[in-house]
Amino acid sequence: MLKRFALEPSRIALNLAVIFIITLWTLPTAGLLISSLRDKNDIAASGWWTALASADRNQVGRLKGMADQVEKDGKFVISGNLFEGQDAVSGKVSFFGTKVQAPGAYAAGSTADLENGQTLTVSGDGTYTLTSPTAFDNERGGRVFYISSQPPRFTTENYQTVLFSEGIGRSFINSLTVTIPATIIPILIAAFAAYALAWMKLPFRGLLIAIIVGLLVVPLQMSLIPLLKLYNAAGNFFGVPSKTYLGIWLAHTGFGLPFAIYLLRSYIAGLPKDLIESAQIDGANDFKIFRRVVLPLCFPALASFAIFQFLWVWNDLLVAIVFLGSGPDQLVLTGKLNALLGSRGGNWEILTASAFVTIIVPLVVFFSLQRYFVRGLLAGSVKGG
Amino acid sequence: MTAQILYAFITVILGVGGCFGYFYGSNWLLDKMFPANANNDASAVRNLRIQATIRPWLFLGPALILLTVYLIFPVIQTFWLSFHDRAGDRFVGLANYKWAFSDDEFRLSIFNNILWLAVVPALCTLMGLIIAVLTDRIWWGNLAKSLIFMPLAISFVGASVIWKFVYDYRGEGQEQIGILNAVVEYFGGSPQVWISLPFWNNFFLMAILVWIQTGFATVILAAALRGIPEDTLEAATIDGAGPFKIFFRIMVPQIYGTILVVWTTITVLVLKIFDIVLTMTNSQWDTTVLANLMFDWMFRGGGDFGRGAAIAIVIMVAVLPIMIWNIRQANKEQGGH
Repeated sequence: MLKRFALEPSRIALNLAVIFIITLWTLPTAGLLISSLRDKNDIAASGWWTALASADRNQVGRLKGMADQVEKDGKFVISGNLFEGQDAVSGKVSFFGTKVQAPGAYAAGSTADLENGQTLTVSGDGTYTLTSPTAFDNERGGRVFYISSQPPRFTTENYQTVLFSEGIGRSFINSLTVTIPATIIPILIAAFAAYALAWMKLPFRGLLIAIIVGLLVVPLQMSLIPLLKLYNAAGNFFGVPSKTYLGIWLAHTGFGLPFAIYLLRSYIAGLPKDLIESAQIDGANDFKIFRRVVLPLCFPALASFAIFQFLWVWNDLLVAIVFLGSGPDQLVLTGKLNALLGSRGGNWEILTASAFVTIIVPLVVFFSLQRYFVRGLLAGSVKGG
Repeated sequence: MTAQILYAFITVILGVGGCFGYFYGSNWLLDKMFPANANNDASAVRNLRIQATIRPWLFLGPALILLTVYLIFPVIQTFWLSFHDRAGDRFVGLANYKWAFSDDEFRLSIFNNILWLAVVPALCTLMGLIIAVLTDRIWWGNLAKSLIFMPLAISFVGASVIWKFVYDYRGEGQEQIGILNAVVEYFGGSPQVWISLPFWNNFFLMAILVWIQTGFATVILAAALRGIPEDTLEAATIDGAGPFKIFFRIMVPQIYGTILVVWTTITVLVLKIFDIVLTMTNSQWDTTVLANLMFDWMFRGGGDFGRGAAIAIVIMVAVLPIMIWNIRQANKEQGGH
């Protein structure tokens, strides 16, 4: 154990290598999170990795006109502040100039000699002094171009926008509506089936297990067209819409069952034989054994499957766009995000915040229940759907 | 919205309650109809036997019905539809398949799918193996693995947004906000529109799946590595084998089975890859794959179910060897009771 902390060159290299890989792996997500919290102008103006540095921004301001001039020591002076009437009063002028081509001609605090003996001084806080040997006669003052550095600004505005006016909030509810039943229903059905396949005497058991293992890898694409036809027919027959929440719950249940049965069966079959047999000798029938003995014992396997199914359903796009409508009352988060990618392709403040809302729930589930998730992965590393 | 939450809540209660109701009700009915504590022994034995015959099917019933409706029946019908015309009414023989193999888009999809199959499983397994070996030997290895593993929880769509931002392009001279182009510019290169570079854009899409699936490979392979008996490694060290020799000669052969499982699992996933291509490029710039082509044909011009079904069958045929192998494995290690 102690050896692990020894400082050998090879050990340092090893740690550095892992740090490098971790950085590579987390950078994309970090970029998303940081960007979603930045001001939307900043996102478009500079890379997210500069978020903590002050951003330089080219700006333009206008000096005051002749109405504000005062005569002092034989000179005419106009003074004011470039930031006046702007919301970004916290900025700092670093350079200024009088031509649009050269906004950085003079450093802040220095004095620029303009034509006709006029001089202009702009200091860092935005105050300026314009002097002239003759009286000013222009009604509006000239323009001043300047580079101001804005302190980094972090905001939750983007989240407010996407949640309340871009429809992400509504989609979030829709996703929950799809996911919760589609996670709970298959667990119960699969648990009973898994018990039957593990411990009950029935004909064709081997064949049934083989079929379920086979169904594990059946591509979802095989089911889409027939089910679409079936749903349309059922919708026509009963006079109801063919795209309903009930329809997608059952679809996710059906697609999740092979993995659920496979995972639970291997777990339940691994329970000690004595346990089941002694319960049988006590006169309990299989229903009672299942409820009293098996179900409490296979909680870890149930939790593993629940996490899998939850993540799978929450993250699914294909089933949702085929079996649910695209109206605001049925569009789930993944579908909404896909739609935003099309319609708001360049609005990174919308996309990053929306994406983060979409991935936050799986991430929380994942980090809090990682133990069960990994156990499920190890138990059956083949997933259908 | 409140109405929807209420509606969802009620249906959860109804659905779950219905499930419970079915299992309780049917088993209760069975016990009542064929009581095990009948008045004479002969009928009690007979009743018990009847119970034992019927009960498994009560347990299995809902699962079998759902599997039949949602997987078995659709597989058969897709097969049937692939020999029929666009609406599924008229038998057209092999016409859909003939069309497919002479269609440029289809051939492109096959080519791209093969490209994905050649790159993604191999890269994920290799990266997973390397990371598993490296993290196994440092004290904060578990934290490192969690971070590598994290993308697995992210949806393909979410991952696509993340990576679209990485690949973002601004014209030369403007400040790049996508980190890839920023890095390229930093090293003196010129920025590229990564996702529309013909041929190479496939690899930029694959990077997303590798990013997601490497964590999966890492976790499975790390568990397998931990299962290697210490004494084999010690013996090799004593014999003077270097770290590389130990890795290739001692470790890899012992976890060969697990490597194969990881490889095939990712292969199945790659065959069905859909979301990434849809969200990143929507099949433009020659990036289409079979699943996306099929989806297109399901809805294109009102939908051509025959052609869509034929493409689905092609995906199915590709999965078939893995399916048979899985069933064989399962039969071999079936711990029946």
